[in-house]
Amino acid sequence: MILNREARQGLTLISPTLVYALLLLAAPLLTVVTFSFWTQDYLDIDTTITLNNYREAWTQPIYRTLIFRSLWVSLVVTLVTVILAFPIAYYLSFHVTRRKALWLFLITIPFWTSYLLRVFLWKVILGYNGVLNSALTGLGIIDEPLTFLLYNVNAVVITLAHAWAPFAILPIFVALEKIDRSLLEAAEDLGDGAVRRFFRVTLPLAMPGVIASTLIVLIPTVGDFVTPRLVGGTDGLMISNMIQIQFGKANNAPLGAALAVSSMVIVSSISLVIFLVGKKFGGRVQ
Amino acid sequence: MSEKPIIELRDVVKTFGTVKALNGINANIREGEFFSLLGPSGCGKTTLLRMIAGFEDPSGGEILIDGKSMRGIPANRRPTNMVFQSYAIFPHLSVAENVAYGLKRKKLPKTEVTDEVNKALSMVDLSGYGGRAAHELSGGQRQRVALARALVMRPKVVLLDEPLSALDKKLREQMQVELRQLQQSIGITFILVTHDQEEALIMSDRIAVMFEGNIAQIDSPEGLYRHPVSKRVASFIGVMNFLDARATGQNDAGVSLDIPALGKVTVPASHVPDGLDANSVESVGVRPEMLTILFDERDTAEAVAKGVVTSTSYYGDMTYYSVALNGMKAPVTLSMRNTAGRSVLPAGSEVRVGWGAESIVLFE
Amino acid sequence: MRPGRAKKLWNWLAVYAFLYMVFLYAPVILLPLFAFNESTIIAFPLSGFTTEWFTVLVNNDALAQSVENSLFVAITTALVSTLLGACAARAAARYRFPGQKGVIGFIMLPLVLPEIIVAVALLVVLMQLGFSLSLWTVIAGHILICMPYSIAILSSAFQGLDRNLEEASFDLGETNWGTFKRVIFPLVLPGVISSLLITFTISLDEFIIAFFLTGTDATLPVYIWSQLRFPSKLPSIMALGTILLVLSIILLILAEWFRQRSAKRQGVEVAAGGFI
Repeated sequence: MILNREARQGLTLISPTLVYALLLLAAPLLTVVTFSFWTQDYLDIDTTITLNNYREAWTQPIYRTLIFRSLWVSLVVTLVTVILAFPIAYYLSFHVTRRKALWLFLITIPFWTSYLLRVFLWKVILGYNGVLNSALTGLGIIDEPLTFLLYNVNAVVITLAHAWAPFAILPIFVALEKIDRSLLEAAEDLGDGAVRRFFRVTLPLAMPGVIASTLIVLIPTVGDFVTPRLVGGTDGLMISNMIQIQFGKANNAPLGAALAVSSMVIVSSISLVIFLVGKKFGGRVQ
Repeated sequence: MSEKPIIELRDVVKTFGTVKALNGINANIREGEFFSLLGPSGCGKTTLLRMIAGFEDPSGGEILIDGKSMRGIPANRRPTNMVFQSYAIFPHLSVAENVAYGLKRKKLPKTEVTDEVNKALSMVDLSGYGGRAAHELSGGQRQRVALARALVMRPKVVLLDEPLSALDKKLREQMQVELRQLQQSIGITFILVTHDQEEALIMSDRIAVMFEGNIAQIDSPEGLYRHPVSKRVASFIGVMNFLDARATGQNDAGVSLDIPALGKVTVPASHVPDGLDANSVESVGVRPEMLTILFDERDTAEAVAKGVVTSTSYYGDMTYYSVALNGMKAPVTLSMRNTAGRSVLPAGSEVRVGWGAESIVLFE
Repeated sequence: MRPGRAKKLWNWLAVYAFLYMVFLYAPVILLPLFAFNESTIIAFPLSGFTTEWFTVLVNNDALAQSVENSLFVAITTALVSTLLGACAARAAARYRFPGQKGVIGFIMLPLVLPEIIVAVALLVVLMQLGFSLSLWTVIAGHILICMPYSIAILSSAFQGLDRNLEEASFDLGETNWGTFKRVIFPLVLPGVISSLLITFTISLDEFIIAFFLTGTDATLPVYIWSQLRFPSKLPSIMALGTILLVLSIILLILAEWFRQRSAKRQGVEVAAGGFI
């Protein structure tokens, strides 16, 4: 194919970035996939193609449990995060008229502080002698410190919902901002009340933003291992912790690769389903 | 103005992929003239201008500026300067810095640059505005800065891409006159791209009317208006009534026609386009102002037709009448200057319409 | 909608928004509280004011080394990812070429990819190629995840650039390089600075990739991770976190200021929320 001058200039300009991404992203991802079909043989790698890693990853109860727990936690986190985020985005878009940028700035600031420390501080807040328990006992609301707060899935969900808040708010906010306000007036003019108008006009039009939020939160949370490690306890560990162990202490990189590939395949297919379902509902938008 | 061509376009072709934007343009633009490229959007006029400027390469043919082929010569080495539709005022530079932008490469001494900038600014009536920031300017002022920035380069040709389209009506009309006067006083060739026929008529020495990548006609404003070569040109420039007609004879004196709406007439040879085959004439054109309502019974004209007013539009200085002539269904439009002693005729009025053989435009 | 009911709804939403902000800021506010708290135990009630934990930081060689490592990583990452991001953003904004959407989408992929996948993938390749892990391998990973942010910031800067400005510059006799120097660069400079600050901040804070790809040289987050196990070290970690928090906020305000200035320079209305 003969490219015109503009296309050639554009491709030349983007080539350094593209080559970097190909070398350090595409090639490594492909290597991981290849690796997952190999076997660790003490210190060497046996490069015979085998499905053994996958067999182990899918049949060993420990891995299955971890993968399903990861998915479950990610889905719950996503649901909680998006549901909590929507009213904020709605409030910002429809009610805040001045200083919108400042609000958005305030929402993003906690996100830019050390991730490790934020997770750790949730441990401080939720712990047995933590901020929440000491405040509640101090106020006389409870006699004994609550124990269901830390070292379980609840803590993981709360911490991750906090960590991903801005990522959930911003896409929804952008989608809401794009809604032509005269459409809402038209709906009202045609006889819809506030609630009906919300469900018949606002929500369908905001759907692309909601879907974007869902995917942006869902995919990366599956891969988190700091939060489960710090606040999750033994019942809160997720697949990433196992991947890390396989690449680290257990020294079984091929199995780690198989676990990584498996979880990515599952989460990608779930994302695809969410995307397609969302497209069906919000498909008429745009 | 001389007859010497400053720009020669020879079989200029431009294709974008499979789309042909220009199919072999031939034209000479004379030194010192105000030349307009007029046409509806998508006719290729802007593409042609951008090729003269050097922003696009012709797919075929050749462009010569001052006798030199521009093939392979990039925009920054051509003796042309452009006023962009968006003005393209550098937002991070002041007015004076904008105007001085191109002088920097000429390596002039600082005082000379300042002099040139001031001269250019006073030329466009912006003396004293040099220190202003770009965002402090109004639309009209931006347009002037863009012009000063081009003029200061002393180009052989100034290219203007719809320079007035962003201005409101009043300001646009004022700038049309100012631009024309400025061009006449400095004598540089201006090439204007516009879709506004009125603008082209007011400002230009000559106009090229373009449709779908072809030049339909090049002529002076008056020539275009009075002798359009096709119905399409005729209806693009001003208002034209088209009437069915049939030739009944052609000789040295002219062409004899039977026009059902008006009557029988012989158009004098001086008004017949060269090489016209009378047998191919199916319709004729007549401008609204060439038809007159004879308000007084004593008024006479070269020829008279009878009709009924079907509707009127009042424009203040003028009134446009739609009149069904000689029992024809489709009305013609005619315009009458309003006078102190006369009010607008109501619809349904019977009128006599005066006309003349020389006002008839023949089309093949 | 009846006005009374609408107002009530907004009031509830405002209360909700307030509570949400409390939720967002809860951990952030604790940081300085415990940093200045006398007790070595990170729990309420607070015992008394001290600046001791900040002085402890000063005489910590391991910390100083990790700060130095992190600065090296973050500065290099910021420079390279902004340069690569600028190429991509400019190509995306100015040119049309086949496969454009796919290429840009691919480069932006690390934005949604779990960091552990990026880390593991790079680790596997480096092991296979026999590279030893070092700060450079961390930088390689950081550039990859910072590029999308840089592209997002610079895209808006380049898109705001009226193409006619470049043409006007050529038309007035400038060369390609002259046009870049005199028109394009000054107009996108605030965006470039904003990108440098944001990518610097991301790299400085990034833990997972650094954890996987660093050799013996710890970056600051890796150092913090190692200290979280020791309760006695926690107050000084809080102090360190406080310093980082203040630093991040300053960098962010600067970045936002530059971004808005970039938009203003181009005469574009400032869009809200430029960071993501």
